[in-house]
Amino acid sequence: MSPGSARGEGGEEQRPAVSTGPVHDSHAATMNWRVQWRPLAFIAFLLVLWHYGVKHEPSHLLPGPWGVVGGLVDLLHHGLLLKYVVASLYRVTWGFVLAVVTAIPLGLAAGWYRRAEMALNPIVQLLRPISPLAWIPIAILWFGVGDLAAIFLIYLGCFFPLMLTAMGAVENVPSVYIRAGRNFGLSQSEVIWRVVYPAVIPQLIVGLRITLGIAWLVVVAAEMIAVDSGLGFLIVDARNAGNRYDLVVAGMVAIGVIGLLLDLGMRSLEKAQSFRWGYTEDEA
Amino acid sequence: MTLIEPMEVAVKAKLCVEQVGMVFERDGKSTHVLENIDLEVGDGEFVCLLGPSGCGKTTLLNAMAGFLAPTSGTIRVDGEPVRRPDPRRIFVFQERGVFPWLTVEGNIEFGLFKLTRAERAARVAQYIRMVGLKGFEKSYPHDLSGGMKQRLEVARALAVNPDMLFLDEPFGALDSITRLIMRGELLRIWEAERKTIVFVTHDIDEAVQLADRVVVMSARPATIQQIVPIDIAHPRDISSARYLELRDGIFKQIGLAHRI
Ligand SMILES: Nc1ncnc2c1ncn2[C@@H]1O[C@H](COP(=O)(O)OP(=O)(O)OP(=O)(O)O)[C@@H](O)[C@H]1O
Ligand SMILES: [Mg+2]
Repeated sequence: MSPGSARGEGGEEQRPAVSTGPVHDSHAATMNWRVQWRPLAFIAFLLVLWHYGVKHEPSHLLPGPWGVVGGLVDLLHHGLLLKYVVASLYRVTWGFVLAVVTAIPLGLAAGWYRRAEMALNPIVQLLRPISPLAWIPIAILWFGVGDLAAIFLIYLGCFFPLMLTAMGAVENVPSVYIRAGRNFGLSQSEVIWRVVYPAVIPQLIVGLRITLGIAWLVVVAAEMIAVDSGLGFLIVDARNAGNRYDLVVAGMVAIGVIGLLLDLGMRSLEKAQSFRWGYTEDEA
Repeated sequence: MTLIEPMEVAVKAKLCVEQVGMVFERDGKSTHVLENIDLEVGDGEFVCLLGPSGCGKTTLLNAMAGFLAPTSGTIRVDGEPVRRPDPRRIFVFQERGVFPWLTVEGNIEFGLFKLTRAERAARVAQYIRMVGLKGFEKSYPHDLSGGMKQRLEVARALAVNPDMLFLDEPFGALDSITRLIMRGELLRIWEAERKTIVFVTHDIDEAVQLADRVVVMSARPATIQQIVPIDIAHPRDISSARYLELRDGIFKQIGLAHRI
């Protein structure tokens, strides 16, 4: 199904006009406010629970929230947090971008040429279920301990999902569009550029978002073994160098927050796209 | 100077379908869809293909437009065998074929890539006016109604100035009022531009209202049962005796009862 039509329904849905006066307005605003703050209130509640839980049962199973805040401050103070975040993002960027520029064209081509797909598909299906983490020993053997090994692992983790997304997206392009393109005298490469490519963009963007999430999962795991910097390394190192569990959890918090930010960024890209397709603003 | 040959004066056949047959092979089973189809369509003529659902109307239209090669027989346009789709013959799709990622303007412009910028703009403006989409130039297709999308697709087809249009139940998905309006619009455009039109429908009234000739096809494997010339001038009075007579004749031909 074309994402355009799905979005069309959403786009046409009209908000009921607010004409019942200020009372209604402020009521709606309060509701909105409540809905927005509910998750934050829930997080606060969990933090309090965590705090008192640890206080009540002071074991070494988990540091309290203040301990974690202390750990974060500690890391910031030594400049480690920023350094490790940058190191992790650097690897994710490279692995992800390399996967995007290779897997998407390959997937588009494979989807377009059915034969090629049939030649590639068994290999893809065989390699895909192998977790990128299973490649860690080979990555280290080939690239040594360092950025390259981690980038290679992220690349592998991103490559197959991206390629399959691109392949599927091309196959889902309604054949009327391709036929219309041919009817207007477009050559094969023009059909790909002017019809297939714009038709697959919305699905590709969804695929990119999911894959970036995978990349962020893989980098942490890769850094635990294959390198000596980054947020994954921070977690292992904090444990090895004297069981600093406050730093371990601080690292986890940083990973979660950055993962969330990456996802939000990709979502805004999705929205931008829907905006372009769905409404009457700017033209490409 | 030489005399004009009498043949040249007669209406030339634009499209010739000769002994066309079509057999689909699927899962080792072969389906005979078309058999011995012979048809000539004159230049500027409006022909309706009428037949029961699943008889092979779309298949025949696809073959005429060059999207499908017939299993046997040949199809010629201007004497040349049809081998592939061509911008001189545009197919308007039963499903909506407008591109959702382009605006109304962008869609109409789609086939005009060989023209200069100024020529393109002029064409786009001309056909937007012709199909009554003025004010919607920058709208995307899913902000348009079904009838507007259909008009947009017709405009996109006409903009490349084709000789022929193939329309596959173009108004099938529209409500009956919009459908009537669209028929009127299509006739108006046809009278202005005199394209050769092959129009597929399974609506008998639609065929008799629009066509110069109605080609009645049988159930699968489809053969041509009868070709009915509609000798009523446009605009047609759909309550006139002649209209009803022609329509009832086709009803009988197809074997439908008049009462339900
Ligand atoms: N590619 C194909 N392979 C096998 N069978 C096909 C193929 N295309 C069409 N058919 C069969 O050919 C027959 C005629 O199909 P076609 O779409 O031409 O009918 P139609 O007259 O246009 O029907 P409708 O009025 O419902 O649109 C159908 O029985 C269909 O199943
Ligand atoms: Mg059909």
